Amino acid sequence: MQHSVTWKIGGEAGFGIMSSGIMISRAFARGGYHTFATNEYPSLIRGGHNVITVRVSSEKFESMNRDIHILVALNKQTIDVHKNELNENAIVVYDAKDGELAAADFLKPVKLLAVPLRDIVQKASGDPIMRNTVAIGATIAIMGAPFEFLVTVITDQFAKKGEEVIKHNMDIARAGYDYIKTTFPQEQSMYLSPAQKIEDQLIINASEAVGVGAARAGLKFAAIYPMTPINSLITFLADHAKSLQIVYKQPEDEISGINMAIGAALGGVRSMVATSGGGFALMFEGVSWAGMIEAPVVIDMGMRVGPSTGMPTYTEQGELQFIIHAGHGEFPRIVLAPADASEAYQMTVDAFHLADKYQTPVFILTDKYLNESTWCAPKSVFTKDVVIDRGKLLKEVPADFKRYDLSVPDGVSPRSVPGQKNGFYYANSYEHDETGHVTDTSAGRIAMSNKRLKKLETMREDVRPPTVYGDAEAEYTFVTWGSTRGPVLDAVKLLQAKGKKAKLVHYGWMYPFPVEETMKLLSPATRLIDVEQNATGQLASLIREHTGILIKEKLLKYDGRPFYPEEIIERVEGKV
Amino acid sequence: MTITADTFKTNFLPTWCPGCGDFGIWMSLKNALAELGIGTDDGVAVYGVGCHGNMYDWMKIYGVAALHGRTLPVAQGLKFANHKLPVMVISGDGDGLGEGGNHFLHAAKRNPDISVFIHDNQVYGLTTGQASPTAKAGFQTKSTPEGVVDEPVNPLALAITAGATFVARGFAGDGPGLTAIMKAAIEHKGFAVVDILQPCVTFDKVHTYAWYRQRLYKLEAEYVPDNEIKAFERAMEWGDKIPVGIFYKEVKPTSEDREAALVNGPLRDLPLGVTNLDELLKEFI
Repeated sequence: MQHSVTWKIGGEAGFGIMSSGIMISRAFARGGYHTFATNEYPSLIRGGHNVITVRVSSEKFESMNRDIHILVALNKQTIDVHKNELNENAIVVYDAKDGELAAADFLKPVKLLAVPLRDIVQKASGDPIMRNTVAIGATIAIMGAPFEFLVTVITDQFAKKGEEVIKHNMDIARAGYDYIKTTFPQEQSMYLSPAQKIEDQLIINASEAVGVGAARAGLKFAAIYPMTPINSLITFLADHAKSLQIVYKQPEDEISGINMAIGAALGGVRSMVATSGGGFALMFEGVSWAGMIEAPVVIDMGMRVGPSTGMPTYTEQGELQFIIHAGHGEFPRIVLAPADASEAYQMTVDAFHLADKYQTPVFILTDKYLNESTWCAPKSVFTKDVVIDRGKLLKEVPADFKRYDLSVPDGVSPRSVPGQKNGFYYANSYEHDETGHVTDTSAGRIAMSNKRLKKLETMREDVRPPTVYGDAEAEYTFVTWGSTRGPVLDAVKLLQAKGKKAKLVHYGWMYPFPVEETMKLLSPATRLIDVEQNATGQLASLIREHTGILIKEKLLKYDGRPFYPEEIIERVEGKV
Repeated sequence: MTITADTFKTNFLPTWCPGCGDFGIWMSLKNALAELGIGTDDGVAVYGVGCHGNMYDWMKIYGVAALHGRTLPVAQGLKFANHKLPVMVISGDGDGLGEGGNHFLHAAKRNPDISVFIHDNQVYGLTTGQASPTAKAGFQTKSTPEGVVDEPVNPLALAITAGATFVARGFAGDGPGLTAIMKAAIEHKGFAVVDILQPCVTFDKVHTYAWYRQRLYKLEAEYVPDNEIKAFERAMEWGDKIPVGIFYKEVKPTSEDREAALVNGPLRDLPLGVTNLDELLKEFI
């Protein structure tokens, strides 16, 4: 009996690998388990090698672990590529028609479960592509769960295709389940310990979570040019545009996207863009303009491996410094970096609030790992009340209105929208006076620049200090940000299980940088370890820049694959 | 209060060179707006960067001084936010067809209800006289001392093929004629492009008012602007005889017409947030 099992399925792109992983996640999440799924695939539509890994546990966890307990191979390549990742006594499910396997083919002892995936599908008059459905049924049996776990999942998955398709898939999954139960009844080593269902969980990726957050925050307009890894946000917004009464527009390029979104913001609606580094490189000028004319706009910046086109379908945290500094000239901005899907939701809600409050660009720094991993997140997080406050957006405009009123103590002037009576002003790309007329006087420039930058000080009331996890007095103090929280948190737990004292200082609010809190938290630390998914330690640089604190020990990973907690442990213990 | 050309007066005086074609365009725009009853608070103009773009300072109507080349995306965003609001784009040949060329193509195919006025003088005046995308072959400028070697962009032909639903050419030296065209463009429901020929009195000693007056003629009264192919043929006329007038006009659903959300009124007036949250989250359970 296991409390946590990690399952991996691999096959050619187009074999339904992703949907298999999501269905397994959903089945166990509905059954009260915690799940998490990560995928790996090349930038191809068909023919490449695709895998999805799902961790299922009766206890809460934060990241993907490294060792695989069950490997389901829909082709021979899956065995070749992943055989060395297997845990001792792992189970390998394969079809002998893809090639016979022997124990000697593997580094560690494994249990080979030959399941005639092709024959089962053929017997049920199914298409060979439905082998994944047999595999899902077999998986449920191997993990000791009742077949009922799959029934509603399959029903929902194929609901749009009608009763016949649902029944066909159900029969094929059942055949896979029954095959394990009858052929390998003694194989119970991967049975999961029972879980208690406490509340409904969502099976959701962070891009979808951003979409839900945006919808709840009152998003009305989004202009997003397709790019990995933010495409599922496009799908979500486009699918729900009608019911949510929003406009999603696919622009001709990212330059157009950011300018459309700013135009809509000037027109009085909450608006956003999403992109990745290469696309964002085209948006600089627009972001700078938004800073100048004080337009509220939200930017979901999904990081992936760079520079340039890089490795488009792999993850990295390489854009922190880029986003903090992007755009010519000096203007205020806010940068938030969520750690999981729940935070991606909440930070999106916050981002729209902050954008309106401070009338300036706000970034949500996501990445491929967040956006394309399938998280298990409590539904209650997504249903909490959201208060929509449009800040100083005027309903009625007074007769003596000045859009860029310099007398405001917080740097944020009331704003009107075109069409409002008395609200006339210019949203001017040039330096301007209180009405928006151009100015290049010394006094005029200084006053308006000060007003804009005053917002950086006002933002202090909203700056969120880093979150501290683990032991107050610690031998190891890890420092990380955004999505690397999960693996480091699990690494902290592993160290604690060994009797060591460890803690994590995690940054979610990146900019304006929480200076004083950082001084307090990091100055007394004995062994500071910076953990980042990039090659240069960008958070460590930021900390150095703002506090003078130098973090010498850096644990960096930049091969496009997210950290495993086990490798963090090995590296801090000097085993690699 | 009656809206007249004076309604748009500000405390700023034009900084254009005396005799600049921009004056004529500015006057015609003010007259067109006044005749249509569109006052300071009733519409929004989006300006590009170039001599034309400086107009906003002496034009009292909601204004957006956008980045160079980016007028059309901004205008479309504004239009989506409130599709009841008249949105006008004041652009130039460099701004709209050089830096903003891709936006021009894609705006035209979407057909947003926006009118675009291109100040077309073949030069970049604000940067002291380099060749613009509409500069004709052989034209000597600061950036082409031996004469322009590339073929020019033809704004009308481009607009027609890209899908604009109102395509016209006006002349900065013909106030009443230009006012009428601008009025028709603003009234047109769809993407209206008006290419406005204007002399640059400082950096272009060839294409003067006299040069244009010798060549320009109005499209015949019997010309019906309902045929893309015929419009294209007329748009290709350039040389001793250059036609002005409305070349093409078509009524088609606009970009805004195709958005389900806008059926219930302007986007900015719609309720915010999610009404049926359980329904929205169903797909994730």
